[in-house]
Amino acid sequence: MKKVYEKYKRIYWGVLGIFIFICIWYAATKFTGFGNIMPDPITVFGGFFRSFVKPIGTKTMALHILISLSRVLVPYVIGGVLGVIVGVLMGWYKLADAILMPYIQMIRPIPPIAWIPLSIIWFGFDESSKYFLIFLACFFTIAVTTYNGVHSVDDTLVRAARMLGANDRQLFTTIVLPTTVPYIFSGLQVALGSAWATIVAAEMIRSSEGVGWLIVRGQDVGNMEQIMIGIVAIALTGLLITTLMRVLENKLCAWTVRGK
Amino acid sequence: MSEKKNVLIEFRHVDKEFNKPEEGVYKVVGDLNVEVRENEFLVLFGPGQCGKSTILNMVAGFEMPTRGEIICNGNKVERPGPERGMVFQNTALFPWLTVMGNVEYGPKMQGVKKEERRARAQKYIDLVGLQGFENSFPVKLSGGMQQRVGIARAYCNEPLVMLLDEPFGHLDAQTRYLMQDELTRIWQAEKRTVIFVTNNIEEAVYLADRILVLRNCPTGVKAEYEINLPRPRNYTDPEFLRLRREIDAVVDHTL
Repeated sequence: MKKVYEKYKRIYWGVLGIFIFICIWYAATKFTGFGNIMPDPITVFGGFFRSFVKPIGTKTMALHILISLSRVLVPYVIGGVLGVIVGVLMGWYKLADAILMPYIQMIRPIPPIAWIPLSIIWFGFDESSKYFLIFLACFFTIAVTTYNGVHSVDDTLVRAARMLGANDRQLFTTIVLPTTVPYIFSGLQVALGSAWATIVAAEMIRSSEGVGWLIVRGQDVGNMEQIMIGIVAIALTGLLITTLMRVLENKLCAWTVRGK
Repeated sequence: MSEKKNVLIEFRHVDKEFNKPEEGVYKVVGDLNVEVRENEFLVLFGPGQCGKSTILNMVAGFEMPTRGEIICNGNKVERPGPERGMVFQNTALFPWLTVMGNVEYGPKMQGVKKEERRARAQKYIDLVGLQGFENSFPVKLSGGMQQRVGIARAYCNEPLVMLLDEPFGHLDAQTRYLMQDELTRIWQAEKRTVIFVTNNIEEAVYLADRILVLRNCPTGVKAEYEINLPRPRNYTDPEFLRLRREIDAVVDHTL
């Protein structure tokens, strides 16, 4: 019994914590004035699960989630590939570092929401302006973590590779890239989180479906329950995709300390 | 050094200086003239921080002499190369490669075909006693085993000279004794020229054909000893202890 407890301690306390949190939430909405500005958890989760069969707007919840995921996935892949390329270039070539780094450091802190007006002017109201916002949310993170990875290459390993006869190209593919992979993964992990978090900003640009739209629309019509359902959908989907990502990372980076 | 024949490596008036921001020019090696004979086990022994590793790094081609030159097999050393294999103090194994991946790395970089380099790597993995661990990652191995991989990796490139930079410095005493035996066995099985750096006098006498005692910075050769004890040696042998005392009296002691 004790052994089982030790093994599942984290899950046990996590679930218990959530349960207590929901109880407090329920009590607060039922017995205090908090109920006036917040629906109770049964309504929220009931509404969330009901929305898988009963559409909100024109779509059911599964479609809202899938559409939002596809809006994240396309720019995330593009941002990931470009981010890795730019990060490697900056890490490997001092000139690229000198030229590109200032832009990255300047643009990175600008919140995605600030780009909405420009992105509408540049890309219109369709999907591409949403892609643009999410691209910005992940590209810089991945570029910078990749860059840090290239810079973290161990000098002794470089010496060892040189001593064993590696040329420049081999040094890059056999030492620099493998060193960088765990950094790329942690960048991809963080970037996936922020890309997903940007879905609300992206779906502020005219849309009629998606988990972000649920919130934006809920605000427009004053539907508190729908806002909360949107938040729950974003939270649970976010948890799911970052967990999947971590499982993938553990599989691919078994040799790193992070992977253990 | 009377016998001129079979000199593999030659230090000719080697100086090495570093520019340190606070102290200015700092001379680490001063006018070093040494000849290393083919297939001898040469130990560079000296106090900590005396510049032993710098000497080794210059042979490896990681660092260049400020003045003078180092000749290896008739060629001036200008860059790292596969004919000079190094075993690093901190092992410097590639953590993302298995034992096999590490050992076959050198031949792989030089385009040796897969079956051939696998066979060669297997030979050296067996030689260092790591059969059964071919597919293990370095993090899963003990310190002693990791250094065996380091030795096999350097050997597998079939270098003319093996450079060992305090390879057992991080190991506990028991493992260290074991690895000294193992290195002796490996070296006797596959003779190579070895330059072994240590600050452990016992290790020096146990392993060496010849010991060069180095002085403090700027370092140079202070004394030279030929060790003609038969192998495997015994740490408590009277002759062993006598040599140990004799060398200990010569070395510069630092705090």
